[in-house]
Amino acid sequence: MTPEAAENALFKYVLALGDDALVLGHRLSEWSGHAPMLEEDIALSNLALDLIGQARLYYAYAAELEALGRSEDDLAYFRDAREFRNVLLVEQPNGDFAATMMRHLLYASFMHLYLQALAKSSDRRLAEIAAKAVKEMAYHVRHAAEWVVRLGDGTEESHERLSRALIELWPYADELFQMDDGEVALSASGIAVARGGIAPAWKAKLVRVFAYARLDWPADAVIHPGGGRKGLHTETFGKMLAEMQSLARAHPGVTW
Amino acid sequence: MSETPMPLWEVFIRNRSGLPHKHCGSVHAPDATMALQAARDVYTRRGESVSIWVTPSSAIVASDPSDKEEMFEPTGSKIYRHPTFYKVPDDVGHM
Repeated sequence: MTPEAAENALFKYVLALGDDALVLGHRLSEWSGHAPMLEEDIALSNLALDLIGQARLYYAYAAELEALGRSEDDLAYFRDAREFRNVLLVEQPNGDFAATMMRHLLYASFMHLYLQALAKSSDRRLAEIAAKAVKEMAYHVRHAAEWVVRLGDGTEESHERLSRALIELWPYADELFQMDDGEVALSASGIAVARGGIAPAWKAKLVRVFAYARLDWPADAVIHPGGGRKGLHTETFGKMLAEMQSLARAHPGVTW
Repeated sequence: MSETPMPLWEVFIRNRSGLPHKHCGSVHAPDATMALQAARDVYTRRGESVSIWVTPSSAIVASDPSDKEEMFEPTGSKIYRHPTFYKVPDDVGHM
Protein backbone atom coordinates (compact mmCIF):
# COMPACT_ATOMS: atom_id res chain seq x y z
CA MET A 1 0.00 0.00 0.00
CA THR A 2 1.11 3.55 -0.72
CA PRO A 3 1.34 5.82 2.33
CA GLU A 4 -1.80 7.65 1.12
CA ALA A 5 -3.73 4.39 0.78
CA ALA A 6 -2.58 3.28 4.23
CA GLU A 7 -3.66 6.60 5.73
CA ASN A 8 -7.05 6.32 4.07
CA ALA A 9 -7.46 2.72 5.26
CA LEU A 10 -6.72 3.82 8.81
CA PHE A 11 -9.27 6.66 8.54
CA LYS A 12 -11.93 4.26 7.28
CA TYR A 13 -11.08 1.74 9.98
CA VAL A 14 -11.31 4.26 12.83
CA LEU A 15 -14.51 5.63 11.34
CA ALA A 16 -16.06 2.14 11.33
CA LEU A 17 -15.20 1.65 15.01
CA GLY A 18 -16.78 5.01 15.78
CA ASP A 19 -19.88 4.26 13.71
CA ASP A 20 -20.46 0.96 15.51
CA ALA A 21 -20.28 2.71 18.86
CA LEU A 22 -22.39 5.75 17.89
CA VAL A 23 -25.18 3.81 16.21
CA LEU A 24 -25.56 1.31 19.06
CA GLY A 25 -25.29 4.15 21.56
CA HIS A 26 -28.08 6.01 19.78
CA ARG A 27 -30.27 2.91 19.63
CA LEU A 28 -29.86 2.44 23.39
CA SER A 29 -30.64 6.10 24.01
CA GLU A 30 -34.04 5.50 22.37
CA TRP A 31 -34.94 3.59 25.55
CA SER A 32 -34.57 6.73 27.68
CA GLY A 33 -37.89 7.21 29.42
CA HIS A 34 -39.27 3.94 28.02
CA ALA A 35 -37.38 1.18 29.84
CA PRO A 36 -39.34 -1.44 31.79
CA MET A 37 -38.23 0.01 35.12
CA LEU A 38 -36.51 3.14 36.40
CA GLU A 39 -33.31 1.32 37.36
CA GLU A 40 -32.95 -0.14 33.88
CA ASP A 41 -33.81 3.18 32.25
CA ILE A 42 -30.78 4.71 33.96
CA ALA A 43 -28.63 1.64 33.23
CA LEU A 44 -29.43 1.78 29.50
CA SER A 45 -28.65 5.49 29.42
CA ASN A 46 -25.31 4.76 31.10
CA LEU A 47 -24.50 2.14 28.46
CA ALA A 48 -25.53 4.56 25.71
CA LEU A 49 -23.33 7.31 27.11
CA ASP A 50 -20.33 4.96 27.34
CA LEU A 51 -20.72 4.13 23.65
CA ILE A 52 -21.28 7.71 22.54
CA GLY A 53 -18.19 8.71 24.53
CA GLN A 54 -16.18 6.01 22.74
CA ALA A 55 -17.54 7.19 19.38
CA ARG A 56 -16.30 10.72 20.13
CA LEU A 57 -12.77 9.46 20.74
CA TYR A 58 -12.75 7.51 17.46
CA TYR A 59 -14.28 10.40 15.50
CA ALA A 60 -11.85 12.94 16.92
CA TYR A 61 -8.99 10.71 15.82
CA ALA A 62 -10.56 10.03 12.42
CA ALA A 63 -11.03 13.77 11.85
CA GLU A 64 -7.33 14.36 12.59
CA LEU A 65 -6.30 11.56 10.22
CA GLU A 66 -8.51 12.92 7.47
CA ALA A 67 -7.19 16.47 8.01
CA LEU A 68 -9.89 18.07 5.88
CA GLY A 69 -11.15 20.30 8.64
CA ARG A 70 -14.12 18.10 9.53
CA SER A 71 -14.91 17.84 13.24
CA GLU A 72 -16.20 14.86 15.23
CA ASP A 73 -19.68 16.45 15.04
CA ASP A 74 -19.40 16.73 11.25
CA LEU A 75 -18.64 13.02 11.08
CA ALA A 76 -21.54 12.11 13.36
CA TYR A 77 -24.22 14.47 12.08
CA PHE A 78 -23.39 15.47 8.52
CA ARG A 79 -22.79 12.17 6.78
CA ASP A 80 -25.59 10.29 5.02
CA ALA A 81 -26.51 6.64 5.46
CA ARG A 82 -24.31 5.42 2.60
CA GLU A 83 -21.24 6.94 4.30
CA PHE A 84 -21.83 5.14 7.61
CA ARG A 85 -19.66 2.05 8.02
CA ASN A 86 -21.28 0.38 11.07
CA VAL A 87 -22.18 -3.30 11.06
CA LEU A 88 -25.86 -4.08 10.56
CA LEU A 89 -26.18 -5.71 14.00
CA VAL A 90 -25.90 -2.41 15.89
CA GLU A 91 -28.51 -0.61 13.77
CA GLN A 92 -31.20 -3.26 14.28
CA PRO A 93 -34.28 -1.75 15.95
CA ASN A 94 -34.54 -2.13 19.72
CA GLY A 95 -37.54 -4.47 19.53
CA ASP A 96 -38.53 -5.58 23.01
CA PHE A 97 -36.21 -5.55 26.02
CA ALA A 98 -35.08 -9.13 25.31
CA ALA A 99 -34.01 -8.18 21.77
CA THR A 100 -32.09 -5.15 23.06
CA MET A 101 -30.25 -7.29 25.62
CA MET A 102 -29.48 -10.02 23.08
CA ARG A 103 -28.17 -7.48 20.54
CA HIS A 104 -26.07 -5.96 23.27
CA LEU A 105 -24.66 -9.28 24.44
CA LEU A 106 -23.63 -10.25 20.89
CA TYR A 107 -21.88 -6.92 20.31
CA ALA A 108 -20.40 -6.29 23.76
CA SER A 109 -18.99 -9.79 24.23
CA PHE A 110 -17.26 -9.41 20.87
CA MET A 111 -16.04 -5.87 21.53
CA HIS A 112 -14.76 -6.67 25.01
CA LEU A 113 -12.39 -9.26 23.50
CA TYR A 114 -11.64 -7.04 20.51
CA LEU A 115 -10.66 -4.06 22.66
CA GLN A 116 -8.38 -6.21 24.81
CA ALA A 117 -6.47 -7.00 21.64
CA LEU A 118 -6.68 -3.44 20.28
CA ALA A 119 -5.17 -2.13 23.52
CA LYS A 120 -1.93 -3.71 22.24
CA SER A 121 -2.16 -1.96 18.86
CA SER A 122 1.03 -0.45 17.45
CA ASP A 123 -1.03 2.70 16.90
CA ARG A 124 -0.71 4.51 20.23
CA ARG A 125 -3.93 6.51 19.88
CA LEU A 126 -6.01 3.42 19.20
CA ALA A 127 -4.30 1.55 22.05
CA GLU A 128 -5.23 4.38 24.44
CA ILE A 129 -8.86 4.50 23.32
CA ALA A 130 -9.12 0.72 23.62
CA ALA A 131 -7.58 0.71 27.11
CA LYS A 132 -10.26 3.13 28.28
CA ALA A 133 -13.17 1.49 26.46
CA VAL A 134 -12.35 -2.07 27.49
CA LYS A 135 -13.27 -1.36 31.13
CA GLU A 136 -16.61 0.04 30.08
CA MET A 137 -17.24 -2.90 27.80
CA ALA A 138 -16.52 -5.42 30.57
CA TYR A 139 -19.50 -3.99 32.44
CA HIS A 140 -21.65 -4.03 29.30
CA VAL A 141 -21.01 -7.76 28.89
CA ARG A 142 -21.85 -8.37 32.51
CA HIS A 143 -25.06 -6.36 32.41
CA ALA A 144 -26.33 -7.90 29.18
CA ALA A 145 -25.33 -11.44 30.15
CA GLU A 146 -27.06 -11.24 33.54
CA TRP A 147 -30.28 -10.10 31.86
CA VAL A 148 -30.04 -12.71 29.12
CA VAL A 149 -29.67 -15.45 31.74
CA ARG A 150 -32.65 -14.15 33.73
CA LEU A 151 -34.89 -13.71 30.70
CA GLY A 152 -33.89 -17.06 29.25
CA ASP A 153 -34.31 -18.88 32.54
CA GLY A 154 -37.28 -16.74 33.62
CA THR A 155 -40.91 -17.14 32.64
CA GLU A 156 -42.25 -18.98 29.62
CA GLU A 157 -42.89 -15.66 27.91
CA SER A 158 -39.46 -14.16 28.63
CA HIS A 159 -37.79 -17.35 27.36
CA GLU A 160 -39.92 -17.27 24.22
CA ARG A 161 -39.10 -13.61 23.53
CA LEU A 162 -35.39 -14.12 24.10
CA SER A 163 -35.29 -17.18 21.84
CA ARG A 164 -36.99 -15.17 19.12
CA ALA A 165 -34.48 -12.35 19.57
CA LEU A 166 -31.57 -14.74 19.14
CA ILE A 167 -33.04 -16.18 15.93
CA GLU A 168 -33.61 -12.68 14.53
CA LEU A 169 -30.24 -11.22 15.48
CA TRP A 170 -27.86 -14.14 15.06
CA PRO A 171 -27.62 -13.78 11.24
CA TYR A 172 -26.06 -10.32 11.74
CA ALA A 173 -23.34 -11.47 14.17
CA ASP A 174 -21.16 -12.88 11.39
CA GLU A 175 -20.43 -9.40 10.04
CA LEU A 176 -18.49 -8.62 13.25
CA PHE A 177 -15.79 -10.92 11.86
CA GLN A 178 -15.63 -9.53 8.32
CA MET A 179 -12.64 -7.44 7.25
CA ASP A 180 -12.08 -5.51 4.01
CA ASP A 181 -8.67 -5.33 2.30
CA GLY A 182 -7.70 -2.15 4.10
CA GLU A 183 -8.40 -3.64 7.51
CA VAL A 184 -6.55 -6.84 6.62
CA ALA A 185 -3.49 -4.75 5.72
CA LEU A 186 -3.80 -2.75 8.95
CA SER A 187 -4.01 -5.92 10.99
CA ALA A 188 -0.94 -7.33 9.21
CA SER A 189 1.01 -4.26 10.34
CA GLY A 190 -0.15 -4.60 13.96
CA ILE A 191 -2.53 -1.64 13.95
CA ALA A 192 -5.89 -3.40 13.64
CA VAL A 193 -6.93 -6.71 15.17
CA ALA A 194 -7.47 -9.91 13.19
CA ARG A 195 -11.16 -10.37 13.91
CA GLY A 196 -11.19 -14.10 13.24
CA GLY A 197 -8.76 -14.67 16.09
CA ILE A 198 -11.43 -13.61 18.57
CA ALA A 199 -14.06 -16.09 17.39
CA PRO A 200 -13.15 -19.02 19.70
CA ALA A 201 -13.20 -16.96 22.91
CA TRP A 202 -16.37 -15.15 21.80
CA LYS A 203 -18.12 -18.40 21.05
CA ALA A 204 -17.00 -19.93 24.35
CA LYS A 205 -18.44 -16.97 26.27
CA LEU A 206 -21.77 -17.23 24.48
CA VAL A 207 -21.93 -21.01 24.94
CA ARG A 208 -21.67 -20.44 28.72
CA VAL A 209 -24.29 -17.67 28.81
CA PHE A 210 -26.70 -19.53 26.51
CA ALA A 211 -26.41 -22.67 28.68
CA TYR A 212 -27.47 -20.70 31.77
CA ALA A 213 -30.20 -19.03 29.73
CA ARG A 214 -31.45 -22.42 28.43
CA LEU A 215 -31.02 -21.23 24.84
CA ASP A 216 -30.22 -23.61 22.01
CA TRP A 217 -27.09 -22.78 20.01
CA PRO A 218 -28.27 -21.39 16.65
CA ALA A 219 -26.40 -24.06 14.73
CA ASP A 220 -28.02 -24.00 11.31
CA ALA A 221 -29.03 -20.33 11.16
CA VAL A 222 -28.86 -18.49 7.84
CA ILE A 223 -26.05 -15.92 7.82
CA HIS A 224 -26.75 -12.41 6.55
CA PRO A 225 -24.09 -11.36 4.01
CA GLY A 226 -23.56 -8.00 5.76
CA GLY A 227 -22.82 -4.82 3.85
CA GLY A 228 -22.79 -2.23 6.61
CA ARG A 229 -19.06 -1.59 6.17
CA LYS A 230 -19.80 -0.67 2.53
CA GLY A 231 -22.61 1.68 3.53
CA LEU A 232 -25.39 -0.75 2.56
CA HIS A 233 -27.77 -0.55 5.51
CA THR A 234 -31.07 -2.07 6.52
CA GLU A 235 -34.44 -0.43 6.14
CA THR A 236 -34.85 1.29 9.50
CA PHE A 237 -31.37 2.84 9.54
CA GLY A 238 -32.31 5.91 7.47
CA LYS A 239 -35.12 6.81 9.86
CA MET A 240 -32.86 6.37 12.88
CA LEU A 241 -30.19 8.54 11.31
CA ALA A 242 -32.69 11.25 10.33
CA GLU A 243 -33.84 11.51 13.92
CA MET A 244 -30.32 11.39 15.33
CA GLN A 245 -29.11 14.14 12.98
CA SER A 246 -32.21 16.34 12.91
CA LEU A 247 -31.15 18.77 15.63
CA ALA A 248 -27.62 19.31 14.33
CA ARG A 249 -28.93 19.78 10.78
CA ALA A 250 -31.77 22.12 11.75
CA HIS A 251 -29.40 24.26 13.81
CA PRO A 252 -25.86 23.86 12.39
CA GLY A 253 -23.19 24.67 14.95
CA VAL A 254 -25.67 24.73 17.84
CA THR A 255 -24.20 24.34 21.34
CA TRP A 256 -25.69 23.94 24.81
CA MET B 1 -46.54 -13.25 32.76
CA SER B 2 -45.24 -13.24 36.30
CA GLU B 3 -47.03 -10.79 38.54
CA THR B 4 -44.59 -11.12 41.45
CA PRO B 5 -43.61 -7.62 42.56
CA MET B 6 -39.93 -6.79 42.13
CA PRO B 7 -38.19 -6.90 45.54
CA LEU B 8 -36.78 -3.72 47.07
CA TRP B 9 -33.13 -3.42 48.14
CA GLU B 10 -31.41 -0.84 50.34
CA VAL B 11 -28.15 0.55 48.93
CA PHE B 12 -25.07 1.60 50.89
CA ILE B 13 -22.04 3.14 49.19
CA ARG B 14 -18.57 3.93 50.42
CA ASN B 15 -17.13 6.92 48.62
CA ARG B 16 -13.53 6.61 49.81
CA SER B 17 -11.42 3.88 51.30
CA GLY B 18 -11.43 4.12 55.08
CA LEU B 19 -14.83 5.79 55.36
CA PRO B 20 -17.92 3.79 56.33
CA HIS B 21 -20.61 2.72 53.87
CA LYS B 22 -23.53 5.14 53.97
CA HIS B 23 -27.15 4.51 53.12
CA CYS B 24 -27.99 6.36 49.91
CA GLY B 25 -31.33 4.98 48.74
CA SER B 26 -33.04 1.91 47.36
CA VAL B 27 -33.53 0.03 44.08
CA HIS B 28 -35.89 -2.60 42.71
CA ALA B 29 -34.22 -5.76 41.40
CA PRO B 30 -35.10 -9.44 40.99
CA ASP B 31 -32.11 -10.71 43.00
CA ALA B 32 -28.92 -9.68 44.80
CA THR B 33 -26.65 -9.67 41.73
CA MET B 34 -29.02 -7.47 39.76
CA ALA B 35 -29.55 -5.24 42.81
CA LEU B 36 -25.81 -4.60 42.92
CA GLN B 37 -25.81 -3.70 39.21
CA ALA B 38 -28.85 -1.45 39.60
CA ALA B 39 -27.21 0.28 42.57
CA ARG B 40 -24.06 0.81 40.51
CA ASP B 41 -26.07 2.28 37.65
CA VAL B 42 -28.34 4.49 39.75
CA TYR B 43 -26.07 5.73 42.56
CA THR B 44 -22.46 5.73 41.28
CA ARG B 45 -22.76 7.54 37.95
CA ARG B 46 -20.49 10.41 38.98
CA GLY B 47 -17.61 8.49 40.49
CA GLU B 48 -19.05 8.54 44.01
CA SER B 49 -18.14 5.06 45.04
CA VAL B 50 -15.38 2.53 45.69
CA SER B 51 -17.69 -0.09 47.20
CA ILE B 52 -21.40 -0.95 47.28
CA TRP B 53 -23.50 -2.98 49.70
CA VAL B 54 -27.07 -4.00 49.03
CA THR B 55 -29.42 -5.75 51.38
CA PRO B 56 -33.07 -6.76 51.05
CA SER B 57 -35.21 -3.95 52.50
CA SER B 58 -37.19 -6.63 54.30
CA ALA B 59 -34.02 -7.55 56.25
CA ILE B 60 -33.81 -4.10 57.85
CA VAL B 61 -35.26 -3.97 61.36
CA ALA B 62 -36.22 -0.41 62.22
CA SER B 63 -37.09 1.36 65.46
CA ASP B 64 -40.66 2.54 65.87
CA PRO B 65 -41.00 6.36 65.60
CA SER B 66 -43.62 6.28 68.36
CA ASP B 67 -40.96 4.92 70.76
CA LYS B 68 -38.76 7.98 70.40
CA GLU B 69 -39.47 9.36 73.90
CA GLU B 70 -38.15 6.30 75.71
CA MET B 71 -35.52 5.43 73.10
CA PHE B 72 -33.76 8.71 72.41
CA GLU B 73 -34.84 11.58 74.63
CA PRO B 74 -33.20 10.37 77.88
CA THR B 75 -29.72 10.94 76.44
CA GLY B 76 -30.38 14.66 75.91
CA SER B 77 -29.50 15.59 79.51
CA LYS B 78 -26.31 13.52 79.79
CA ILE B 79 -23.65 15.80 78.42
CA TYR B 80 -20.94 13.89 80.32
CA ARG B 81 -21.26 11.16 77.69
CA HIS B 82 -19.84 13.49 75.04
CA PRO B 83 -16.04 13.48 74.75
CA THR B 84 -15.97 17.28 74.75
CA PHE B 85 -13.82 17.64 77.89
CA TYR B 86 -10.65 16.44 76.22
CA LYS B 87 -8.23 18.42 74.07
CA VAL B 88 -7.52 16.59 70.82
CA PRO B 89 -3.93 17.24 69.61
CA ASP B 90 -3.79 18.72 66.11
CA ASP B 91 -1.76 15.79 64.81
CA VAL B 92 -4.63 13.39 65.48
CA GLY B 93 -6.60 15.01 62.72
CA HIS B 94 -10.15 14.03 61.77
CA MET B 95 -11.92 11.87 64.36
